[in-house]
Amino acid sequence: MSMKETLTGPVFNNNPIALQILGICSALAVTSSLKVTLVMCVSVIAVTAFSNLAVSAIRRHIPNSIRIIVQMVIIASLVIVVDQVLKAYFYAISKQLSVFVGLIITNCIVMGRAEGFAMKNGPLASFIDGIGNGLGYSVVLLFVAFVRELFGSGSLFGLEILQTVNNGGWYVPNGLLLLPPSAFFLIGFFIWGLRAWKTEQVEEPEFKICSNTRAQEAL
Amino acid sequence: MASNDSIKKTLLVAVALCIVCSLIVSSAAVLLKPAQVKNKALDRKSNILAAAGMLEPGQSDAEIEQEFASKITAKIVDIESGRFTNEVKVENFDPRKAEKNPETSTDLSDAEDQANISRRGDYAIVYLVENEGELDKLILPVHGAGLWSTLYGFLALESDLNTVAGLGFYEHGETPGLGGEVDNPNWKGLWPGKKVYDDGGVAIGLAKGSVDTSKPGAEHRVDGLSGATLTSNGVTNLLQFWMGEMGYKKFLANLKSGEA
Repeated sequence: MSMKETLTGPVFNNNPIALQILGICSALAVTSSLKVTLVMCVSVIAVTAFSNLAVSAIRRHIPNSIRIIVQMVIIASLVIVVDQVLKAYFYAISKQLSVFVGLIITNCIVMGRAEGFAMKNGPLASFIDGIGNGLGYSVVLLFVAFVRELFGSGSLFGLEILQTVNNGGWYVPNGLLLLPPSAFFLIGFFIWGLRAWKTEQVEEPEFKICSNTRAQEAL
Repeated sequence: MASNDSIKKTLLVAVALCIVCSLIVSSAAVLLKPAQVKNKALDRKSNILAAAGMLEPGQSDAEIEQEFASKITAKIVDIESGRFTNEVKVENFDPRKAEKNPETSTDLSDAEDQANISRRGDYAIVYLVENEGELDKLILPVHGAGLWSTLYGFLALESDLNTVAGLGFYEHGETPGLGGEVDNPNWKGLWPGKKVYDDGGVAIGLAKGSVDTSKPGAEHRVDGLSGATLTSNGVTNLLQFWMGEMGYKKFLANLKSGEA
């Protein structure tokens, strides 16, 4: 696989959220405003890229029996560093992200790429793969956050686009979009749209529904 | 590769990894600590200024620091006696920690515990805005349970110690769009000018729906938050508690008569 494919593949062709269905939790939790989402995306990209790099660099020395623990320690350390940096330089946003930065540790994408890619590939390819998967995650999150913030709060990046009733305008915001479950619907729509465009992603049905049989009188 | 799985190698990798990671984590924590402490203090200061209506939008960090340093004095109040105290220093007093410590807080009985906080700290940091030696505004920290979370905020009073100058919450976890509207500037704009006490006692609170200004007592009432009855009740309860006997009432009386 070429470097370019490693980088761009996960964005649409092999999207971690849409195709691998990983990392849904934070996609629900932090997407009610674009600004916060953007910071979360950058954090995840950084953590995935550097954890892949670190895991790949020592992959020939990781004992098989403790490899998951080794990966977790690396990921956890990186997440703490990211959290500390956010607290020092983006205090307002880190307050809104609160526990979710810490929860990057449990984001399946990071772990999944460390185990699935970095353990078998060289450091540079792994680093690029981390960025690519982070980008794939970001695309979905930004899409969800765009819809949620625009129709839930009538704004984008905190700038008012649709003036809401509470501020003396005409737009009645959709309260559901401010609550986490709305992201399920939006991710569903995203996956639907993506699979309509790239039909090779459509999964084989697990079972077939029988053709309709003729109705019978109850005996 | 098989040698990777020997006990010796496993222990070696585990120990080495732990040392490297702990070095990275601790150096990040130590190096970034000053910036974090500064941010936290600045955040608190801007919240205090915002509650008193003294924060202009777009003020730079340095301006906020300067405004705070030049206009505001922090003092510790002993809530029980209602007087200023020097027993603890403002610089190293952490109200949240003190509230959890049985030695520096009071257990509240169910009847007393209107704000649903179960323990109340014995000391509180209050902020005085002074203008040429005269008290201009008094800013009091308040907190209490809403629907999902504890709301932490500041209530600012005018120099008569009865008129509200502003109310703002700097930390809460209420439902966005419903209870979260406590952050709405329009709603916060309803507070200045309201009176805390009537002849009998604490009268301030939220109305259900909009306030009917023709009815008596309207000067004590602020519009409730639509769709957030429990958050609205929480705000009313916490104000009733903190302005009442268990809260700052004694201190306000002392301050008024000049005995604080």
